[in-house]
Amino acid sequence: MSAPAGMLDASLAPAEQRSDEARVSGAMSGFAREVGALSAFRLESCIHCGICADACHFYIATEDPQYTPIWKVEPFKQAYKREASPFAPLFRLLGLKREVTAEQLAQWQHLLFDSCNMCGRCSLICPMGIDVAALIEQARRAMFEAGLAPKELYQKAAHQQLTGQPEPSAEPYSAKLIAIGERFGVDIPLDVPEVEIMLCVPRTDIEHYPSAVAALARVMQHLGVSCTFRSDGLVAENYGYYAGGKDWQREISLRLIDQAIACKAKTLLVPECGHAYAALRWEAAELYGKPLPFRVLQVTEYLAEQLQQGRLRLATAVKGATTFQDPCESVRKGGINHAPRTLMKAMGIDLHEMKNHGGFSFCCGGGGGVLDIERAAPLRYRTMENKLREIDDTGAQTFVTSCSDCRRTFDDAQAHFNWPKKPQSLLELVADNLTGAGSAE
Amino acid sequence: MDLLGFARGPALKVALAIFCLGVAWRIAGFALLRIRRDLNKPRASPAKFLTEGLIAVGTRSWPHPEFIGRTGAGEALGYSYHLGLFALVLLFGPHIAFLGSLFGITWPGLPSSLITVISVLTLALFLAVLFRRVTNAVMRMLSNFDDYFSWFITMLVLVTGLAATAHIGAPYQTLLALHILSFDVLLVWFPFGKLMHAFYIFPSRAINGALLARKGATS
Repeated sequence: MSAPAGMLDASLAPAEQRSDEARVSGAMSGFAREVGALSAFRLESCIHCGICADACHFYIATEDPQYTPIWKVEPFKQAYKREASPFAPLFRLLGLKREVTAEQLAQWQHLLFDSCNMCGRCSLICPMGIDVAALIEQARRAMFEAGLAPKELYQKAAHQQLTGQPEPSAEPYSAKLIAIGERFGVDIPLDVPEVEIMLCVPRTDIEHYPSAVAALARVMQHLGVSCTFRSDGLVAENYGYYAGGKDWQREISLRLIDQAIACKAKTLLVPECGHAYAALRWEAAELYGKPLPFRVLQVTEYLAEQLQQGRLRLATAVKGATTFQDPCESVRKGGINHAPRTLMKAMGIDLHEMKNHGGFSFCCGGGGGVLDIERAAPLRYRTMENKLREIDDTGAQTFVTSCSDCRRTFDDAQAHFNWPKKPQSLLELVADNLTGAGSAE
Repeated sequence: MDLLGFARGPALKVALAIFCLGVAWRIAGFALLRIRRDLNKPRASPAKFLTEGLIAVGTRSWPHPEFIGRTGAGEALGYSYHLGLFALVLLFGPHIAFLGSLFGITWPGLPSSLITVISVLTLALFLAVLFRRVTNAVMRMLSNFDDYFSWFITMLVLVTGLAATAHIGAPYQTLLALHILSFDVLLVWFPFGKLMHAFYIFPSRAINGALLARKGATS
């Protein structure tokens, strides 16, 4: 049974009192659990060419070699070679690989969390084909086991695992949803016992972008499809994924899975939230232990599907030159490259692509939980400068994205840099341009 | 038994045995670890993602246009010395004869004069690669004993081979013995260090490419 939202507080913190030995042992055993044939092969294959640095916005912005993506897993590469690789006894005997130390792990917290968005751009450049981002995700899990997840991510993950919400709130999110519906004049389907589609919502949207929540409800209402939010499985984000807490990630995913099964949904629709999509679409079944008995679709691909099947018609949006920020988790890593562009084309949007776009886009800088880590802000701002320049270089006045974390990151940048552009939600754009049967027009 | 006899006799046999057993052990050592079945529904059909995996073997041979500006020169340098090495190993008459004795087939080689030119060029590229490794901050940070020793032993084989063919520095028999002995050391070192990438590179590209394609992800 879940603890009520709001019960937990900042007393939940990483196990900072643990001994150094316990930390290292936790990290190493955590990593050992994660290393299968595939990860071992990836670790074996690195030729130390350093090319991955040239894909990483943290390195590009700073030219600091420590931000080389494969270096971010160095302690784990070292531990694998020393403890688990085929010639591990030889490495130990000859002293070719030193033992990983607690100081080293503590130092790597900055590299694995503060300076990595897990955006996966590094995985596209490796001449050996290594999926570096996958290794970093495993290393984060080991850091979590060592009690070295940043406190912001750890606390949110702990709270979400226990209550379903990453943060305490004065009233439960389900009540906030209803209030959003009343404010925007749209019905919010909640706890319908049996539906075709189960909806979930980013906490970011509830707290910062209620118009996006209303847009989702309005679009679904327009399509006339039976759907519902579920009070007991509402939040799309998965802070267990960010923090590296695999068991918590499972618990958080199970809330949504259980609710989708309970309402007999054929589809679990993930809103505009990149990492929520990654966690549910590409990791949840493994954590669940069997294939999910429903489809997991991101709202953009669902809407593009509806458009192609003729169930969704869109009016021309008057926006002028527009550019699109590709969310890494859904586009590069998740394969939803065409859907947002299909929707924008259908609305007649004059799309001006950034120099690096689609699967090769630079991360907004806030992904992977980095936006939540307070001490990471100065470095994050530094890496964002290149991104903002790319956006400016398109000449577009309007700037659209399909991830609420990207949106929040750019809103934050707008305030920090006094940058004139404000990101808009693609979903909201669709909701504003619905036409045909069901349209409010 | 003289030095040359030792180098191409028992030393070579032992080195080849260590090479074969070592390579097999190293591959089995990780390949026999557990393989998790991916239970998440694929976006692409098995035929599609397997094909994409094979395509990735080719496409990862050169950086995507988005990356060329930053990495094109470094990769070109890397591929150049590899091409030089392949030409020397596979297209030099005495090497063809040696490989023929192992595998039972031979093929036409390049003229000695051209091989000498390729050797000198490859040598220069090898020095450039080392220079880059020690001057590039990222590569210097990533480098360890494996990187430098693998470079050194390959370079030694190259230098002794060039010296033997050009008859520089010592009698031919001695230089040839040193060339073969250095090759024996390379064979022994091969399974323990990064030279193993010769076996890994294509499967690694194919497997990771297929897994990304399974999700419809950019590869």
